[in-house]
Amino acid sequence: MKISRQTIAGAVAIAAAGALLFACQTTQPKTQSSLVGGDAAQRVYVAPGSYDEFYAFLSGGFSGQIAVYGLPSGRLIKVIPVFSQNPESAWGYAEETKPMLMTSYGFIPWDDSHHPELSMTDGVPDGRWIFINGNNTPRIARIDLTTMTTTEIIQLPNSAGGHASPFTTPDSKYVVSATRFSVPIPNADVPIASYKDNFRGTLSFVTADQPGKMDIAFQILMPGFDYDLGHAGKGPSDGWFFFTSYNSEQANTKLEVNASQNDKDFIAAVNYKQAEQCVAAGKTRTFPSRYAHNVMDENTHTATSTMMTSVKMLDPRDCPGAVYYLPTPKSPHGVDVDPTGEYIVAGGKLATVIPVHSFTKMQKAIADKAFEKEIAGIPVLTYEAVMAGEVQKPGLGPLHTEFDGKGYAYTSMFISSEVVKWKLGTWEVVDRAPTYYSIGHLMIPGGDSKKPWGKYLVAMNKITKDRYLPTGPELFQSAQLYDISGDKMKLLLDFPTIGEPHYAQALPASMIKDKQVKFYSLAGNTNKWVTRSEAEGGITRSGKRVDIKMIAIRSHFAPDNIEGVQVGDTVYFHVTNIEQDWDIMHGFAVLGAENSELILAPGETRTMRWMPAAPGVYPFYCTDFCSALHQEMQGYVRVSPAGSNVALMANISKKAESQMSAPKAPTKK
Amino acid sequence: MPISNHARTLVLTASLSLLSLYVLPLWRIDLLAPQYPEGLGMVIRANTIVGRSPNDLQTINDLNHYIGMKTIDPGAVPELRIMPYAIALIVLLGVGAALSRKRWAITAWLGLFAVAGLAGMVQFWRWGYDYGHNLAADAIIKVPGMAYQPPLIGTKQLLNFTASSWPAQGGFVAGAAFIAGAVAVWLSGHEARVAARS
Repeated sequence: MKISRQTIAGAVAIAAAGALLFACQTTQPKTQSSLVGGDAAQRVYVAPGSYDEFYAFLSGGFSGQIAVYGLPSGRLIKVIPVFSQNPESAWGYAEETKPMLMTSYGFIPWDDSHHPELSMTDGVPDGRWIFINGNNTPRIARIDLTTMTTTEIIQLPNSAGGHASPFTTPDSKYVVSATRFSVPIPNADVPIASYKDNFRGTLSFVTADQPGKMDIAFQILMPGFDYDLGHAGKGPSDGWFFFTSYNSEQANTKLEVNASQNDKDFIAAVNYKQAEQCVAAGKTRTFPSRYAHNVMDENTHTATSTMMTSVKMLDPRDCPGAVYYLPTPKSPHGVDVDPTGEYIVAGGKLATVIPVHSFTKMQKAIADKAFEKEIAGIPVLTYEAVMAGEVQKPGLGPLHTEFDGKGYAYTSMFISSEVVKWKLGTWEVVDRAPTYYSIGHLMIPGGDSKKPWGKYLVAMNKITKDRYLPTGPELFQSAQLYDISGDKMKLLLDFPTIGEPHYAQALPASMIKDKQVKFYSLAGNTNKWVTRSEAEGGITRSGKRVDIKMIAIRSHFAPDNIEGVQVGDTVYFHVTNIEQDWDIMHGFAVLGAENSELILAPGETRTMRWMPAAPGVYPFYCTDFCSALHQEMQGYVRVSPAGSNVALMANISKKAESQMSAPKAPTKK
Repeated sequence: MPISNHARTLVLTASLSLLSLYVLPLWRIDLLAPQYPEGLGMVIRANTIVGRSPNDLQTINDLNHYIGMKTIDPGAVPELRIMPYAIALIVLLGVGAALSRKRWAITAWLGLFAVAGLAGMVQFWRWGYDYGHNLAADAIIKVPGMAYQPPLIGTKQLLNFTASSWPAQGGFVAGAAFIAGAVAVWLSGHEARVAARS
């Protein structure tokens, strides 16, 4: 048969196109369908009227807050303001809340919150509190888990970069912190290049088991390494604390290269019971230090800030047996203790293995004095003497490890963008799951406790790219939820997160769901300016300061017509929400106030400061839709020129009118 | 003839059981609405009215102000001052009647019990009528022709609320006591008729 040239050309073209297409397909990445479990949608669907199984608390990172998510649905249910001002809820704007953000450097409206840590009893989360660190201005905050509000913040002196923080002892007697940035201690004007001679780090042991009474029991002065993360020992290793450190090279510039030179850095193992004994025996120095301790009182709804003046500083040289160094490859990041308390797993972010230390071997090495050298009086144990094993070829860039309580560990691999599951004791990798993309931390409910609840794993990633509808150059961080109940991990859900979660904690919803406070008791409200009924409202003047006491209830403010304010006054609106009913909030905003709104929970009193700059009539209104007649919930304030004769007036009952202060000059309408 | 032991025990037990009305609630009114999945309620006791959960009464009063209903103030209901004495009277008279073993006594006691119970229900109805109909002239929400009288007993829809009115534990005890008393009276009458025929 005669075949034309066109036919041959066409056939070759088609064959070439087919070959190209085939070649392109084989270089496509593997699809996710094999990883996503068949019934994933059902597993993560929480039907209307039902509840999630777990509360998950994810740090906000550079947002400075904590975000609360439900698992398995991945729904965001609350953002709890901690270190950053929040104009929506008046956190850091309402007068009562401002002391919470006071520090020795002044009022700081933001921080970088990294690591939430649930309070524990017997090594297991107990649902009382969650703690979180401020990285930039080293601080630790306590959040009450029945009101989901920040109730206490303590600043850490002699610290820069409060990164390795806060980590709890199994009984939450202490939450412990270590510094990332070494600085001169006390801080002083020295050349930066004198790092090796002058720069030190500190560990802080903060007593945390009594609300309102956080206190720095003691600090330990450490060599100038960057301390990264920590965890308490448990079970047999209870009484010990472990911190990773990097930059044992003690570089002060271009750390990217200069801090990556040493083959091994160190895990600092701290026998804090030994340290306690040295403190009790008076081996510490009283170190003058200025730091703030801030407490929000639930009854007065008011925060107070107290400036503390000294800490007890312990030098490891004065307390032999308190601190040891365990060599650990290589610029390690996470240090995680397995549920049995025997294995101490390090994530050496530049290492090609996952090193695991053994607590038993460490005890023996100390007893046998298997030291390779000393650093500033701290014995360095030999690596082989303390090593339990190494997970070989796990992946690239190991960071954090958590445990499922069934003998397996899960480590996040930042560079190879995956979670690696391996077996404790045999150190063999049994499964891998890709994350999208570049996972930082992972969280298993109870995964760092004595008895992990397991079941789910949340991967918190650093690169989002194409996971969700794109939203301009800045994207929310991505997170994935995995089912780890079986032998192999299954991807269930992909959900975006606020800020940048560095770390997370979760507990079963049943532990705290029924303990949630529904409203604050009005009878128990002892705020200085509480107004419990309309008759208690009114306006008073003291020089250029004017105080207005007001109630908010569905659907009116009382008083709602106010006169007698003058230009140049500093006006304080003290508004009390006198409802005693679940989820009935009221808001308050006034025209021209250089301030945020107020949002008031039932039974709560909050104060807004306003400095009116021009005469006129200024409306105020309720900003939180509270009732069918929310739109009618408003009022007016009349501002007269400075020195005017307009009488103070607030339209409340006759009885209360007689309680107002009389104007100084004769009245003239 | 004197009443039998059965009849006497019935009246005695019925009377003494009424002492529980000092402790047990008499009546309950429950309110359900879409935005109150947890429900609201009032509990009527011998000498007061309280919310089913703490603050329920205040919440109900707060909601009622929209429709112009008067504030429910237990201190302003005179029956709540009278009832504790009325209960005491019925208990004492019942015990006395039972111990007297006289048929006319227990019959009279039952009659008094019935009158008291009826009077209570009538007052309860009138109270419900007054609060449900005599609304403020400047009420915020006015639905033409609408009144908010709760049901005397049973369930009724009032705007977005489903209101239910039922006896509480004490109410059931009182009901059972009345039935016991009625049985005692019938029994003593039956025995008397039997004795008269023989």
